[in-house]
Amino acid sequence: MSSNTDFVLAVEDLTVSFDGFKAVNGLTFYLDKDEVRVVIGPNGAGKTTVLDLICGKTRATSGSIKFKGHELTKLSEHKIVRAGVGRKFQTPSIYENLSVFENLEISYPAGRGVFGSIAFKRTAEVDTRVNEVAGDIFLSDLLDMEAGLLSHGQKQWLEIGMLLIQDPELLMLDEPVAGMSVKEREQTAELLNRICKGRSVLVIEHDMDFVARIAHKVTVLHQGQILAEGSMESVQNDPKVIEVYLGH
Amino acid sequence: MKSFITQRLLGGKSGAIGFLIISALILVVFPLFLDLFRLNLVGKYLTYAFVAVGLVLLWGYVGILSLGQGVFFGLGGYCMAMFLKLEASSPENTAIQSTPGIPDFMDWNQITELPWFWEPFSSFGFTLLAILVIPALFAFIIGVAMFKRRVGGVYFAIITQAIALILTVLIVGQQGYTGGINGITDLRTLNGWDIRDDSAKYILYFVNAFLLLACVVLVRYLMTGKFGRLLLAMKDKEDRVRFSGYDVSNFKIFIFCVAAMISAIGGAMFTLQVGFMSPSFVGIVPSIEMVIFAAVGGRMSVIGAVYGALFVSFGKTFFSESMPEVWLYLMGALFIAVVMFFPNGLAGVYDKYKGKLFSLLNRKKTGTPQDKVEPSTKSNVVAEPDKASLSVDDAHSEKSTS
Repeated sequence: MSSNTDFVLAVEDLTVSFDGFKAVNGLTFYLDKDEVRVVIGPNGAGKTTVLDLICGKTRATSGSIKFKGHELTKLSEHKIVRAGVGRKFQTPSIYENLSVFENLEISYPAGRGVFGSIAFKRTAEVDTRVNEVAGDIFLSDLLDMEAGLLSHGQKQWLEIGMLLIQDPELLMLDEPVAGMSVKEREQTAELLNRICKGRSVLVIEHDMDFVARIAHKVTVLHQGQILAEGSMESVQNDPKVIEVYLGH
Repeated sequence: MKSFITQRLLGGKSGAIGFLIISALILVVFPLFLDLFRLNLVGKYLTYAFVAVGLVLLWGYVGILSLGQGVFFGLGGYCMAMFLKLEASSPENTAIQSTPGIPDFMDWNQITELPWFWEPFSSFGFTLLAILVIPALFAFIIGVAMFKRRVGGVYFAIITQAIALILTVLIVGQQGYTGGINGITDLRTLNGWDIRDDSAKYILYFVNAFLLLACVVLVRYLMTGKFGRLLLAMKDKEDRVRFSGYDVSNFKIFIFCVAAMISAIGGAMFTLQVGFMSPSFVGIVPSIEMVIFAAVGGRMSVIGAVYGALFVSFGKTFFSESMPEVWLYLMGALFIAVVMFFPNGLAGVYDKYKGKLFSLLNRKKTGTPQDKVEPSTKSNVVAEPDKASLSVDDAHSEKSTS
């Protein structure tokens, strides 16, 4: 067991209550460096809420979230992002009216203040980085296309790219392969295995084949609490998990 | 450098054409063909256009509807009026008052000493600064209070409207300090220069016109860079922008301040050209009128806002002269018509038929049926009403393809 500071993310005793309903209840888990963790669980288990809590969209009622030893629960959203946490939303959240290039450029971590963004120049460095990321997410040929015209799967990739360009140390993906074709799922799994080098990834996903392909470790959430945690196999054979998934 | 001017300041080729047309109209056509009385009226309308330009920035690009922009117009106007009034209230001019040397309305209200906040307005430099800084500061305070708490949409509109009402009540109620319902009247000279004579009216008209065009260019500059794209992104997916590491509220506060400053310049120019300032230009009705200007012009078009202000104000003057009772109904109908049938206003109509217009002109010139104008880049914009057009979008598509 390594010491607390070695974890990239340490969530301890995290609870959030919406008018008395505890969506997340005393949750504790740790995420290692370079780890790909997948969170699964039935609908309403609190998976998305956990991501909301980590990225600051929802405020915790109690408990702590430490990112590289720094407390996140009191930070504002943009500061959490700047600390190195990137988050993809469940439905692809991209800027439909802007081109793929501009989507990535806006996500490039420079000129983030009001005056900084006015003074921002499209330097060769920005250009190179955008092209590099576009290559990673299979969109090199579509840089000039209006993002709203991309296919659903491509939009998912674009949003992942918008996070990648910020080079976050913790990448959180909410259902990255939802609505993707089989081939796109394979490509996405390959993409994730490629980009998890040097960073930790926290994924919410329902597609078990996909989970098996990427997960180092799986956490099963149920009613805001951890039901099981471990390798994919051990979780799949856990009677409690089977009960939750099949029993209802 | 050349590309900086055309791309960033004028908004690409089509933006530059639009800018040239409006400049020619304001700077050449109106002064040549209108008598001084009418030109002065146009000058007055153009001061409203400042507010409309500010609203395009605020409402069109960021999606924040303020129903209280008259407040900033008024603040700018009152700052200028205070300076002019102090100059007009020299002890010689006001010798018949019981306290000479203070503005006449103060004397009527038994005030015997110039209030402290009037003192600095005897300096022209301070006044110019105040015209920009006071409205910006006021907008900043409102902006921080609202946007940091993520107040937006209808709530923001109602609160700004309430502020407009409060300020009007305050001005009317504090008669001795503000001139009350009559406002600050009988303004004569600016640093000894008589602003009421004919040559001054011409000069002020052109100063006003140049300032307005400068504001248009400023907005264009802001909107065509990363900053502008970020605003569009914010309007589309505010959360995504926030979770990309931007403090969204700061951007909103900044834009609110810029819109306030632009409106205030208009207010100051109004005072200079019309010769007085009163609470009737601060309150709810003028504030809503200004929104209508922006809506009629096209809320995503900076230049459209100028046309909107001119068009609606012309209509107002025309109908108020002939059938005053009809005007309010007409304006209401106009607003409904714009919202229902022309969501992008005049600019949207222009954009829709621009391709046809240019291809018609080209055909006449060259005799070939193929049009050289690229209507295809436009068509996808026009197809979706909410995407709202325009020159700034042009700049994007042109830039991204370059």
